[in-house]
Amino acid sequence: MGERTEIRLSGSGGQGLILAGIILAEAAILDGKNAVQSQSYGPEARGGASRAEVIISDSPIDYPKVMQPDILLTLTEEAFVKYKDNIKSNGIIIIDSSIRKSEPPVKIVSLPIIETANKSVGKVIVANIVSLGALIAVTKIVSKKSIEEAVMDRVPKGTEELNRKALYAGFELGEFQQKQYKNK
Amino acid sequence: MTQEIKFLQGNEACLEGALKAGARFYAGYPITPSSEIAEMASQRLPAIGGVFIQMEDELGSMAALVGASMAGAKAFTATSGPGFSLMQENLGLAIMTEAPCVVINVQRSGPSTGLATKPAQADVMQARWGTHGDHAIITLCPTSVQECYDLMIYAFNFSERFRTPVIFLSDEIVGHMREKVVLRDDIPVVDRAFPQCEPNQYKPYKAGDDKVPPMAYFGSEFIFHASSSMHDETGYPNNTSQNADKVIRRLYEKIYDHRDEISITKEFETEDADVLFISFGAAARSAREAVKMLRSGSIKAGLLQINTIWPFPDEKVKRLALRAKVVLVPEMNLGQIINEVIKFSCGTPVFGINKVDSTIITPLEIVNKAKEVLQNA
Repeated sequence: MGERTEIRLSGSGGQGLILAGIILAEAAILDGKNAVQSQSYGPEARGGASRAEVIISDSPIDYPKVMQPDILLTLTEEAFVKYKDNIKSNGIIIIDSSIRKSEPPVKIVSLPIIETANKSVGKVIVANIVSLGALIAVTKIVSKKSIEEAVMDRVPKGTEELNRKALYAGFELGEFQQKQYKNK
Repeated sequence: MTQEIKFLQGNEACLEGALKAGARFYAGYPITPSSEIAEMASQRLPAIGGVFIQMEDELGSMAALVGASMAGAKAFTATSGPGFSLMQENLGLAIMTEAPCVVINVQRSGPSTGLATKPAQADVMQARWGTHGDHAIITLCPTSVQECYDLMIYAFNFSERFRTPVIFLSDEIVGHMREKVVLRDDIPVVDRAFPQCEPNQYKPYKAGDDKVPPMAYFGSEFIFHASSSMHDETGYPNNTSQNADKVIRRLYEKIYDHRDEISITKEFETEDADVLFISFGAAARSAREAVKMLRSGSIKAGLLQINTIWPFPDEKVKRLALRAKVVLVPEMNLGQIINEVIKFSCGTPVFGINKVDSTIITPLEIVNKAKEVLQNA
């Protein structure tokens, strides 16, 4: 990854990806980096493809919007179709395995994120945290220690263990995929 | 020095800055994209003994600010274009009665209701001239979440120091983005000067050499009259032309005589800049990125970032424009601050980079325009 890393998280409204974006940015700050987070807002954010954007850099971040993502994570096919073509040529796309891959323009990683949240963790609502775990295991964009701290800081009281379980399940998904990728 | 570090939206940092500055009164009518400020104020102010009132509209909000200020409180409100338009009449009342207060305008795309959730930087001249009559105004523009916090403290300080409303001109981009912010403790907080005379000797609009009258508060033993009509030192109406001339000039000069104290600008790589960008708010961030991109291609570019947009930093613009080959002014409007730049550009050609499609000006758009005009220079 270059000095400035642009990340777009997309899915449908209510999947918690804006919170995931905030947590990811906070983890970067815990790592001692700079981060800017923004999101789709207003009518745009309700229904359809919603998105959160995070920029992480070792240097101060001037331009606050994503120009061309290095990392794209999508949980819905609609968001995938909308955003898949705007990605750096050496970028990476992480998608939920429910999405049909249509001519991936770059390296694509398909993971059963929603299914893991639903079945292994037990609640589909934590798909956003599973996503974060998987994204970090695949890209190493922030440290595991910082993401865990950031998740614990942001999630509602009483849901810490559920979210920790979700995060670890995400780590496992991503790490398993990475091992397979290397073995190929 | 306390170093509480948070990850906040620009709007949230405005509220933190206001509380740090001692603000204890908020009256407002929530409006996108400023509503987070009202929402947070409604939770935070009552918890520290302050007052939050959701008003019937923005006319009432601005009037309530004047009343609270007269009663001694540091008062503020937050709005956007349509609400800011409604506040103009009573903003004039705050200027005329010299009621310190802070009005945050998180700019969105207009005219009228416009694109309610989208950014613009088109209220620059409204901030300067929105209310009628000759007057001076102080207007601050943040480009980052940290500046939302820092400049909000300065906004209150300037309002208290000069007994004037201060406009805090943010925009949807800066208001809604999240960044790291240090809730710093090292900016001294300024409070309005209280009269040193006996209560029966008090003249509410009698100023000393600095042209700012000391201010008592309603409910104290200093009894005074505040009027929107032309008044003299006693606060009671005086319609002589001699008095009007004196008062209008004093209201103007109390701010313009202290420009050096008020003016906040930041320079990036301006020392040897052939291409000088002059910008503010969200657009200034794109310009800073453009400076880096041009420098990496061996074009000497620099940025003058204006944080105190009114009074306009004319001397600084003159000094930097004289050295440059071209001046470019990126702003998310069809050309507002560029007209001030042209007045003080000393003959150096000035070009606008304007965008009103409700998306931020990109660094590449700025780079391309700079290369284009440099070729023809």
